[in-house]
Parts: sequence; structure tokens; C-alpha cells
Amino acid sequence: MTKQPAIELKNITKRFGKVVANKNVNLTAYRGEILSVLGENGSGKTTLMNMISGIYFPDEGHIFIDGKEAVITSPKEAFGYKIGMIHQHFKLVDVFSAAENIVLGIENGKYNLKDSAKEIKKISEQYGFDVDPKKKIYTMSVSEKQTVEIIKVLYRGADILILDEPTAVLTPQETEKLFAILRRMRDDGKCIIIITHKLHEVLSLSDRVSVLRKGEYIGTVNTSETSESELTEMMVGKKIDLNIQRDEPKNTEERLTVNSITCVDKTGTVMLDNVSFSVKSGEILGIAGIAGSGQRELLESIAGLQRLEYGDIFYFDPKTGKKESLRDKNPLQIRQMGVRLSFVPEDRLGMGLVGNMDIVDNMMLRSYSKGHSLFLKRNKPKSLAMKIINDLEVVTPSASTPVRRLSGGNVQKVLVGREISSSPTVLMVAYPVRGLDINSSYMIYNLLNQQKAQGVAIIFVGEDLDVLVELCDRIMVIGSGRVTGVVDARTTTKEEIGLLMTKPKDDGKENGNG
Amino acid sequence: MIVQFICRAILLAVPMLYGTTGEIVTEKSGHLNLGIPGVMYVGAISGVVGSFLYENACGNDIANMNGFLAVIIPLLCSIAGSVIMGLIYSFLTVTLHANQNVTGLALTTLGIGLGNFLGASLINITKSELPSIALTKTSSFFTVKLPFADDLGWFGELLFSHDFMTYLAIIIALAVTFVLNRTRVGLNLRSVGESPATADAAGINVIKYRYVATCIGSAIAGLGGIQYVMSYASGVWSNNAFGDRGWMAIALVIFALWKPSAAIAGAFLFGALCNANNYIQGLGTETQELFKMLPYVATIVVLIITSVRKKREHQPPASLGINYFREER
Repeated sequence: MTKQPAIELKNITKRFGKVVANKNVNLTAYRGEILSVLGENGSGKTTLMNMISGIYFPDEGHIFIDGKEAVITSPKEAFGYKIGMIHQHFKLVDVFSAAENIVLGIENGKYNLKDSAKEIKKISEQYGFDVDPKKKIYTMSVSEKQTVEIIKVLYRGADILILDEPTAVLTPQETEKLFAILRRMRDDGKCIIIITHKLHEVLSLSDRVSVLRKGEYIGTVNTSETSESELTEMMVGKKIDLNIQRDEPKNTEERLTVNSITCVDKTGTVMLDNVSFSVKSGEILGIAGIAGSGQRELLESIAGLQRLEYGDIFYFDPKTGKKESLRDKNPLQIRQMGVRLSFVPEDRLGMGLVGNMDIVDNMMLRSYSKGHSLFLKRNKPKSLAMKIINDLEVVTPSASTPVRRLSGGNVQKVLVGREISSSPTVLMVAYPVRGLDINSSYMIYNLLNQQKAQGVAIIFVGEDLDVLVELCDRIMVIGSGRVTGVVDARTTTKEEIGLLMTKPKDDGKENGNG
Repeated sequence: MIVQFICRAILLAVPMLYGTTGEIVTEKSGHLNLGIPGVMYVGAISGVVGSFLYENACGNDIANMNGFLAVIIPLLCSIAGSVIMGLIYSFLTVTLHANQNVTGLALTTLGIGLGNFLGASLINITKSELPSIALTKTSSFFTVKLPFADDLGWFGELLFSHDFMTYLAIIIALAVTFVLNRTRVGLNLRSVGESPATADAAGINVIKYRYVATCIGSAIAGLGGIQYVMSYASGVWSNNAFGDRGWMAIALVIFALWKPSAAIAGAFLFGALCNANNYIQGLGTETQELFKMLPYVATIVVLIITSVRKKREHQPPASLGINYFREER
């Protein structure tokens, strides 16, 4: 059987103001195949796909569907061409049921949720989904929500499916399940385009890979004829050593002990349930878990930003050797003891930096209280800002550019750089490489390793299990606010961690915090 | 006496019910229109202007007036006035991305100022001694009772003695409930208010839905204004007599948990609470003022209960008060 091109992009260019997001991109996807679009963050993958799904309109170039030129100016028209996009951030209405979300926006036919539910059941059986049409979205897990998203496009009869980073929020087991479904769809003759930056997924799932770099189309290769290092080279433009170095911890001693702490959020949901662990100096403790399992609360508890219902946190001062309780210290006192939180929240600017202030002023946020004069002195923070810009290769017009104008990766460098500069004894980082390209990610890993070598106790909350397994010394897995296991990162497998992540609670009840 | 109390409560309730139903339609699209008091005020004065012109055209003789025209002209004028207010609001917030709260408050100030200006102008034209305009002839057409109402005693008085606008208010509230929960348009509208990005991705025209819902909501709210003048005030317009009914309508939206059917009962309760002071003997003026707070106290109690219960269905539309820009991801 000769393959039919389902969709062809020819010389697509898209600009946002002066920024060129896509430049002369050519891409072809066939029916009955899975095509990966690979590229680093900011390489224009999502923009490109948004043009196919009608969210954006290309400035130049043509899109052909089944050989005919198509002009897609709105998501509705994209549905008309049987194109369905599953966005990275789910586009679902929380208070609606699955069925309501699935039929949303469909105009033909009668509005009858019962009939729709039957149709949904039929699709589910065909591809092996498991979904209750009446279930409300806000009670669903991430993987269930994604299922609803996929059924939503299938319900509209889509046969070109675009998935934007579908595995970013899934456990390895859920990912496998999704891949099985995608393969079934491919065998059913659908054209599947998956956007990702995870190499091993590309290799295990797709038939062909197209690579984008900085908005430009680099090339397409058959998955069976390529390798991880070749793809990385295409992606980054130069050869990179993909191994993260990991030294044995040296001179370990107790630094921080968390003793069965429990936290409750303001709605009364238990966010941390009897969590105990300890971190030693000179080691990296990884924390793995599905997003929203209590990672944030855990770090905030240590930094003194959360009220503890029960439990205690002890800090062992390396200079005096004294054991001190952090429980009744305020965040400033805890910081001065050397416990540093470099929390990179989901919206990046949320907690660590003030977006409208420049790099120098953001440096000063951490040091202003040390000044004794009535007026601010900008010399020291300025030299620190320059040092971070140089050392970490922050791309910015100047040190006085508002932080919010920097790209996500550069914001993260500024944040991590500032926390490291204060020579902490305990360093907590959450998602420090989220949104960073490979080069910058490795730079952050190196920084963490340097800190580790200097005897800092590091707590690393991460989402990419591959990285956790390669970088950390020990990995603690949390699920629904409880510690479900602590494993040795040198001997564990991703699958083992994945199982721990989804280990059900004892009462088997699901918690709807998402 | 009880029948009288209830009838009075209903009379007070109806303008609020219009305002609330209108605001619910608006808020379901994600627009927090705090301009509702202004919209209702403009709805009232536009109707008054229409009816004033019609009465004058008929030479101030009731025999020359056509009952249908006497009713439909004020209603259409009222709708036109309030839709213009809705359009201003939508244009500012949807097209120009202005802050919704500021726009709403500005609209309230504008509406009340405009109403008072037009009201004072009409009073000037009539050269009336009193600072009011009496449209009693038009009012008499608005307050026609069902013919058999008087034959049924207290039962008739309770259920059938009201003006047609009262029944219309209930019908509109029930119709809105039906549309919101049982039709595709309602599903789309709710999705626009909950998550405009989702609605947009699903091919729903967010801008159109927000414009249309805000204008329809304003039209419904404006009817409450003209109903107040023609039925409650017996056709007499005087500046600022409308009071804080518009704010009460907004409070009632919260009280009714964004459900128009619940708003019907809520409006009657609010009406009764506003009115209770007149039926309790021996209250001083200061205690009477306290009684006027009761609807707001009730709203606060509902807010407390819903925030303690934390049921997602009882929360305001998730994007309420937030403008939607497609380019922002």
C-alpha cells in the first residue's frame, strides 16, 4: 500500500512582531503513521501545530490536506478538515461532565447527552479508553482528562490527530497505555502527529521524526534509521554529551530531618500526610510524584511558608553542630540559617522573582534587609547580577531589563543563580529545568553538582524521571501527600518509580486536587 | 394582611428578579457587569421617555391611547436603552480589553447620571411643580389585572392580581434556566464563562457570545427598571427613587448561586425582607434602617455557607471578571 499524504506544509512562516516563530517550514505527515515533531522548547513546534489547528494563521506558505490546499482560519474550520489537536494544557471546562466537554462546540444534530454518551462508549470500546461520560472533569486525574481530550477530537471524526507534549504529565505506565492507544489509531489509518522533546519516546513510538530548531525545519528521518545522538545533534545543532555526571556523595552528615509532618490546605484537603525523611550534606535527594501530590507544600514547609498541623523539621547547623527546630522560625530566620528555596513554580515568575523589576532589583530582594542605610545601595546586587549573567549565559539586553521580558529559561537561570550565590547549606529546587533547552538544562545540572561537591544538601523536585534517575543519589516518591517509597537512584528503574507514584491510598479514594 | 404583605413583597421582588436574571445571563458569559444598577436606571428612563412622548403625541387623553402601543413603546425604548449600555460595556471589555470592574462601576455612574439628566429635562419640559413626571395613563395599561382575579378572593389576589410584567419576569427566569441547562446554546455560553480558551478551541465564537449575552442580559435587566416605574411607582418617575435595587439584584445573583430558577424564590425572599419593617409594629427609624440590611446579610450568609461547602457547582463561573485574549497562552 502506498502511503497517502494526509497533510503537507509548504514554506510556512509565522512571525510574532519581530520574532520569527517559524521560518520556511516544510512538513509532510502520512495516513497510518505516527510522526514526531521534535525540538527544544521555543523551537516553534507548538506554534506550527497551532497553525494547523486554526489557532494561528500563517503569514506565508500553504497547507495542503489530502493534496488540496486548505485555508484554516479558525479551530472550527480545522474540525471541518478532520484535524483534532490535543493541547498540552487541557482545554476542558472543569465543572462540566466528560460528555458535556466532548460535545462542546458541535453544532449539527440534536443536543442529547444520552445519545452522546452512547457514542462515547462506542469510541471508548473501539480504542480501549476507560471513561465515564457523566464524571465531572474536576474529579478526574490528569490521565483521565487527557482521555477526554482525545475522545473529544475523535468524537468530531478527526483523522489527523495532533498531540502536544502528551506525556509531560503522565506516569510511565500511563504513557505506555497512551502509546498503545496511539498505535491502535495508527493501525486504524489515522495520521498522528506528536510533539515532544523526549527522545526515548520518539524512538519507541513514532515512524518518522521531523526536527525543528529555532523555528527552522532541520529535516525528517525514519525512526528506525536514527539514534538518540543523531537526533540531539539535529535538535541542538551540535554534539552534546547526554550523560549527566554523578559523583559519589562525599562527607555526608545529617543536615535536615523532617519528622512526620502533616499539612492541610485552606479547603481542608490534606496536602502532606505524615511525611518523614532526611537529607544529608553532599547529596541530591530527588522528589518524584505526579504534579500536585504535595511537592510544593513540602518545600514550602521547610522554607517556613506553610503551617504545619503536626510534626517537626530539624536542621543541623554545620558550623555549631547544633540541632535546631525550624518549626517556630519565620521564613527570614530560616533563610539566614542557610536553607534556600529556589522554587520555580508553574508560572515561573510566581514566587521567586518580581516580573516588573529588573535583574538587579530582583537580586536585591534577597539582600536589602542587610543594608543599614536608609537608602538602597545597588553596587553589590549589580555586580552579582552581572556575575550571574556572565556565568550562566543569561540572554538579556541588559541587567536593567524587567525580568518578565526574558524567556522562561533565562528567568530560571536568574532565579537559580541568585539562590546559589548566597552559598546555602540546603538548596531546594523545583522544576529548575522546566522549559529550558538541553544546553541550559545541563548547565543547571552542573551547577547543582558543583553545589553538591561543596557539601550542600540538595532537594530536587523534578518531573522528568530520566533526569531524576541520572542526577540524584536517592529518590523519594510521593503520592497524594504521602511518601510512597524512597529508592536508590543508582539501582532503581523508571517503572519502579512510576508504580510508586500511582500507588493507591489505603482507603482507595481518589483525591480531586488538580 | 398576610396576603397584602406577600403581594407587596412580590411587587418589590420583580424589578430585582429582572435585574438578577439579566446579570446571570451576563455573568454566565464571564462578564461581571457591575453596571447593572446603571443599566436598570437607563432602562427605566428610556421607557419613561418613550411613554412620555407617546402620551404627549396622543394629546394627553387616555381615550386616544392604544393599549398595545402604550405598553410596547416603553418596553422597546427601555430595551433599546439598556442594550446600548450593554453594547458600551461589551465594546469596552471585549474589544478594548478594559478592566471589567472599572467599566461596570463607570457604567453605573454614567447610567444614573444620564437617567437623572433625562428625568430632570422631562420635568423641565412639563414645567411641573413637583420634581417628578406622572405617566399614570401608561401605568394603567401596565397594571391591567386578569379579569377573574377579583372573583377568587385572597387566592386570586395572591396569584392573579399582578401586572403582566410579574409573570413575564418568572417566565423569562424559567426560560433562561431551560436555555442554560438544556440547550446547546446554553452549554456553549456556560463554557465561555468557565473557560473561554476551551470554548475558543472548540470553535465557539467567544466574542460573539460575550457581546450577545451581555446585551440580552442588559435588556432583561432594563425591563426591571421600567417595570419598577410603571407598576411599583404607578408611573411616577422621580430622580433617584430607584434606590439600590440594582445592587440588590447583583447580591441576589450570588444568593441564587447563578441559578435563575433559584433567583425567583430569592427575589421574593429579598422582597419580603425589604418590606418586613413596614409590617412589624413599633420599630424606630434606626431599626428600620437595620432591616434594610437584611438582604445583604442573607447574601453574606450564603457566601459563607457556599465557601464552607466548597461545591464546585456553586462557585461563580471560573472566568468571571477576566477578559479573554486569544494570543495569551
